[in-house]
Amino acid sequence: MRGRVRFWRVAAPIAVGVVLLGLWQAIVTVENVPLYILPGPIAIAGALWTDGPSLLGSLLVTLRITLAALAAAAILGGAIALLFSLSRVLALSLFPYAVILQVTPIVAIAPLIIIWVQEPFLALLVCAWIVAFFPIVSNTTIGLNSADRNLLALFRLYGATPAQTLRYLKLPTALPYFLAGLRISGGLALIGAVVAEFVAGTGGTQTGLAFRILEAGYRLAIPRLFAALFLLSATGIAIYLVIDFISRLALRRWHESALDDAQE
Amino acid sequence: MTALDAIDLDIGRGEFLSLLGPSGCGKTTLLRIIAGLSEPSSGARHLAVDRGNHGAHAAGRIGFVFQDPTLMPWSTVEGNVLLPLRLAGHLGAAERERAAAELRAVGLAGFERVYPRQLSGGMRMRVSIARAMVTDPDLLLLDEPFAALDEITRMTLNDDLLRLWASRRATVVFVTHSVFESVYLSSRIAVMSARPGRIATDLVVNLPQPRDRGLRTTPAYAATCAAVSAHLGRAMAAGVS
Repeated sequence: MRGRVRFWRVAAPIAVGVVLLGLWQAIVTVENVPLYILPGPIAIAGALWTDGPSLLGSLLVTLRITLAALAAAAILGGAIALLFSLSRVLALSLFPYAVILQVTPIVAIAPLIIIWVQEPFLALLVCAWIVAFFPIVSNTTIGLNSADRNLLALFRLYGATPAQTLRYLKLPTALPYFLAGLRISGGLALIGAVVAEFVAGTGGTQTGLAFRILEAGYRLAIPRLFAALFLLSATGIAIYLVIDFISRLALRRWHESALDDAQE
Repeated sequence: MTALDAIDLDIGRGEFLSLLGPSGCGKTTLLRIIAGLSEPSSGARHLAVDRGNHGAHAAGRIGFVFQDPTLMPWSTVEGNVLLPLRLAGHLGAAERERAAAELRAVGLAGFERVYPRQLSGGMRMRVSIARAMVTDPDLLLLDEPFAALDEITRMTLNDDLLRLWASRRATVVFVTHSVFESVYLSSRIAVMSARPGRIATDLVVNLPQPRDRGLRTTPAYAATCAAVSAHLGRAMAAGVS
């Protein structure tokens, strides 16, 4: 019974994908849709094959920005949340500005950042970071403030120092919250990097995947555009899976979300 | 709003005192004041166990058991029991041996590496008691620890607690709303009334020690329960008016 459930969990989405791709190819072939309007999956696979190596080079550029932004979001976001949990005044006075930074469309402020920050890599990194850091700050702040009231009382009873309370109670409590934030931020960092690259255009000498998409669009190389798009979403999925894996590894012993039988 | 009003309570060394009363009478607040977790709005608390100890809370001289087991889910049973010793700043082979001994005392030998979620409610409460006892406290405070457990588990834990009390000679303050539990366990019962919470009656339980399950069926036990029930009834009636 459990084996069959596991089988369908993998097989069902694959079957849906194959059927949709087949349908797509059939429509494109039968209706004779021109390549520059909608290429079929076979044409896209062809573009992926021929342009793959150069696209992978661009992907690497985008991936570097994404991962650097995600790392910065995790470290700085965690640090900001820690600061917020230590000082209520600080949290109350700064949190609204974190929200403002979050709700301001990155497309609108990216040109400014690119003007201000001379180094192209750094400019793109800052854009991606702005998009990615908020879920981590917000989640981790909630996590750090979610310590069990009775456990807090117990720590007080045993004369725990603030550092001990943080290390043995607040940080472990916040870990699942932090990881949930990281999961969201992983995808957002990629989106932030791509948006920033769109705004930056060629920017520097190295060009990321977003610029290749723009370029392919201008040249009506639509199969290549789709190939780049495919790589981008594959990257997003890979980032999600890696974070999900790390998260399960960190929580598997105790947290409900990561238990083996959580979904049965 | 005043939760407690003019409480005057002396607790003798080695006593097993139950605070018995309806919910909302401030039993828990009183217990927290005794523990030093809450401050009384006026008046003072003096603990003989405080003397000669450093720190406002006399770390380690008081053990506290909450209504919920209040275990750290990310930590093993051993990690949870070791917590008070870890916070005191020393952790070595001797401390691990202490934790193992406490776990043996509550019947959980061999469960060191298990996580709380793998245990039943009764076992979790045993871990919580082992954690409270690991510093060998002079004063053990329990806040309705068995209220959420089934009857059978509860009776077993009652006996375990009595055995611990007898062997360790700690002073115990036990909050409960069960007449039967308070009579079975206590050497003395303070019946509380509600709104504002005060001690209505303070009575000594003259039943033989040590006690075991046989006591529950004796006429003396039934008579004491009836008397305490009557006191509680009067206290509650006074609280309503």
